[in-house]
Amino acid sequence: MALFDINVNGQTHQVDVDSDTPILWVLRDNLKLLGTKFGCGIAHCGVCTIHLDGDAVRSCSYPISAVENKKIVTIEGLSENGDHPVQKAWIEHDVPQCGYCQAGQIMTASSLLAQNSNPTDDEIRRAMNGNLCRCATYTRINRAIKTASKEM
Amino acid sequence: MDFKGQNVYFFILLLKRYPHGQADLRLYTMKESSSLLKRFLSKGNSKFIIAIVSVSLIAMAFSVKDFRPGNDGYTSIPTENDQNKEASEEAFEQVYSVLMHPRCMNCHPIGDIPLQGDDSHVHNMLPQRGEDGKGVSTMKCITCHAATGVPGENTPPGNPSWHLPPADMKMVFQGKSPRELALQLVDPEKNGHKNMQELREHAVDTLVKSGWNMGGDRELPPLSYEEFKEVWYTWIDNGAHAPSE
Repeated sequence: MALFDINVNGQTHQVDVDSDTPILWVLRDNLKLLGTKFGCGIAHCGVCTIHLDGDAVRSCSYPISAVENKKIVTIEGLSENGDHPVQKAWIEHDVPQCGYCQAGQIMTASSLLAQNSNPTDDEIRRAMNGNLCRCATYTRINRAIKTASKEM
Repeated sequence: MDFKGQNVYFFILLLKRYPHGQADLRLYTMKESSSLLKRFLSKGNSKFIIAIVSVSLIAMAFSVKDFRPGNDGYTSIPTENDQNKEASEEAFEQVYSVLMHPRCMNCHPIGDIPLQGDDSHVHNMLPQRGEDGKGVSTMKCITCHAATGVPGENTPPGNPSWHLPPADMKMVFQGKSPRELALQLVDPEKNGHKNMQELREHAVDTLVKSGWNMGGDRELPPLSYEEFKEVWYTWIDNGAHAPSE
């Protein structure tokens, strides 16, 4: 075990964990930020996506030793009042079905729009390829990203 | 004195016009030494006050064999007279067996999506090469591959510089014959603008080395890393010859 200082959603936290602990478990078990979900644990589903210095990354595959001195944003920190354009569009299009993957979908979509405010269908498909939805809400996800892009 | 075919080196002590009078002691080849001498003699007002204090000829006794792979004294690629084409071609057979192994070839695919696994299937999630070889938008290599990985079966291997070759020089291995691959590797217009010395040093690149350290039950290349380095150096030091078809 070792002490690590990490910046999550604008706040600095000190945690005492093994250096190879995935940041996902630090978020959920140590910081009690339960919005980020566990899916596959091998970066194959995208459910655990967070932002690391603005990049969408899979928190299950990043050890805490790799995230010190970087800014982490989770679904809880994407906006203060749940009013990020992507979150609003998600509600407008009633995107989720079971909802389990949606935090990861939203984190990836918001990272995409931060880099490319007007993506084509092809760019959306490529960017979202790593986020699986067992309820197959892909059509609504695509529409919601298009809607959100108008506000970006 | 006949220097032909010998690696002759000079230690040259340069007194530079540094504020505190530091000196530089460096190892130069005969050609570089000759060029330096000419510069100093023709430029009395150069940045150097007095160029050469001491010139010591030290390596006359070393034959090129002393600089063969594995020898800590290696300093440069042997001259043509001391190269062995047959040894080079034989070594490349083994180099080829490693480069075409999934641990190497998976990131040198024909298309713009990396390959994955011991069966070299197209990478799950279809991540794209992107212009710089590091992926695109939210599907970059770093999306899943951290500088160091996390423990566990089938977790993404970590590396601080995970990438494919860039879009403007794809350095494809997949589908290449030994001759095609050897010719590609020595062509700076196709090998990432590397000269032979840089190509030689590529054997110690962190991403190349990671092919032997990916964890899990991933199959290892057919040679150990040290064996690979040995045949890589042997291939290059003997002229980097391409085998005939």
